[in-house]
Amino acid sequence: MTEPGRSTWLQRLARNRSVVAGLALLLAVVLAAAFAGVVATHDPARLDPPKRLLPPSVEHYLGTDEFGRDVWSLVVHGSRVSLLVGLTTMLLTSLGGVVIGLAAGYGRRLDLVLMRVMDGLMAFPAILLAIALMAARGPGVGNVIFALSVVYTPRTAMLIRSTVLGIRDLDYVHAARALGRRDLAIAARHILPNCVGPLLVQGSFIFAYAILAEAILGFLGVGVPPYVPSWGNVIAGGKNVIREAFWVSLFPGLALTLSGLGLNLLGDGLRDTLDPRLRVP
Amino acid sequence: MTAYLVRRVLAVIPVMLVVVTVVFLLIHLIPGDPVAVILGPDATPSQIEATRAQLGLDRPLYEQLGAFYVRVLRGDLGRSYFLNRPVTQALWERAEPTSLLTLSALLVAIAIGVPSGLIAGAFPGSAWDRVLMLAALFGVCIPGFWLSLNFIYFFAVRLGWLPAGGYASVFVDPGAALRYMVLPAVSLGFNQSALIARIARSCMLEVLQQDYIRTARAKGLSQGVVIVGHAFRNAMVPVVTVIGITTAVLIGGAVVTEIVFNIPGLGRLIISAILRRDYPVVQGVVLVTAAAYVLVNLVVDVLYVLIDPRIRYD
Repeated sequence: MTEPGRSTWLQRLARNRSVVAGLALLLAVVLAAAFAGVVATHDPARLDPPKRLLPPSVEHYLGTDEFGRDVWSLVVHGSRVSLLVGLTTMLLTSLGGVVIGLAAGYGRRLDLVLMRVMDGLMAFPAILLAIALMAARGPGVGNVIFALSVVYTPRTAMLIRSTVLGIRDLDYVHAARALGRRDLAIAARHILPNCVGPLLVQGSFIFAYAILAEAILGFLGVGVPPYVPSWGNVIAGGKNVIREAFWVSLFPGLALTLSGLGLNLLGDGLRDTLDPRLRVP
Repeated sequence: MTAYLVRRVLAVIPVMLVVVTVVFLLIHLIPGDPVAVILGPDATPSQIEATRAQLGLDRPLYEQLGAFYVRVLRGDLGRSYFLNRPVTQALWERAEPTSLLTLSALLVAIAIGVPSGLIAGAFPGSAWDRVLMLAALFGVCIPGFWLSLNFIYFFAVRLGWLPAGGYASVFVDPGAALRYMVLPAVSLGFNQSALIARIARSCMLEVLQQDYIRTARAKGLSQGVVIVGHAFRNAMVPVVTVIGITTAVLIGGAVVTEIVFNIPGLGRLIISAILRRDYPVVQGVVLVTAAAYVLVNLVVDVLYVLIDPRIRYD
């Protein structure tokens, strides 16, 4: 921190321990998802009733569940659903948040209506709104992504709006307008780049929330269909056999915790590096 | 201040308008024909038409929405198809466990979070600070429902200290109610205690850098007197707001915790209603929890102004 002006943001990120640790954890999950076929030792869909509820062993690293499926292979393949839902939700909420936030913060006429709608959506406890949307739409990965995007977009929109409001009346924006730039060009060239930092920080936290919320929906039986190997579904199965086989719910939950930890570390580190104003001492 | 309070109370109206509209639209998000979905595959066309008319789904959307507003204002949330009673009655019967769980979890979150955060913030960089903040980082990341399962395995299955699930009303058998409530309240409150601890720590740090604290130290007061007598109250102001946010998260989390511990509250009600496609009940639970959240936030905002006379919203 001695010469902050002289290091690039990339160097500063690489020096931040939170960012490095968070990225390492995230990379482990990404690799597991990408090479699930190689990393998994068994077919996660294969039912093998005689081998049900076996404790962890050399043959089954993390034991087997109530249908004789290999828990290690379920956890490895489950990372795909988690990453897919987390990443897509993050992208959709960022896109929606930027569009709504810019429209509200920059186009003053829309502000009042848009912000009242966002307030209203944020008045629901997040997980309950997601449950309600899933109740209407029915199980499925696409519907989980839809529900979580609706739930988390208002938070990003509010953030972008407040960032825009802080910039809108700065001199350089007035200068651009005086030079005859159009509103849309000013928004794209001069306002949006300032939103990238907050968006990255918020994005990593939303990624974490989305992975957690997906698991909760699966656990409650209203998320991805039960035959899909996802962490929430496996934990739900483990709940029924917790007296005999603690490992069924323990390990997918551990994977969930470590992914959340990785993304939270990344978000904390990004916030400290990219946005010193948000720094928690 | 009165003007602010009046405006703050009035601000509830647009929020609740949006909430009621979203709850209304839920029925229209059902893919295909909602009536066919509600009645299931065995319904005859005449039954479908009759139900459509009964639910008012054959009228234009704005008329349906208007009728829905009027009904909600009158306190009529419709009738449960499956439970065969008014939704408001079903909600009322299930409100006690959810409220008690939310409240107990809030107490746990405050009892753990506030002291840990204040201690960590009062001695930044100390061993206490490091240990507490590492615990808080993990606390934020551990999924509450998974923590619940591990608690059940450890404290109920292995040690046998506490029941693995169930519920007793505190008005009928307070001792049993406490035993049933310990594990759910702790596992639900733990996450939020981590969040509260982080905020409380940064508030304490900020307050300790203020000039009046330096003055207090300069006139020779001990560290303990400075922290307890001078810094504590001011550090608590933002914490009150976080406790408001916490309550909302806890209401949502309570739904999930109830499923893990088989507590007959609103969470169990909404999940079983989804499985039976009992949409009025789903709408009712969502509406009531959102209303509770809006109310809690209102109370917190009012408290905030009352606690801290420096705050002026004009």
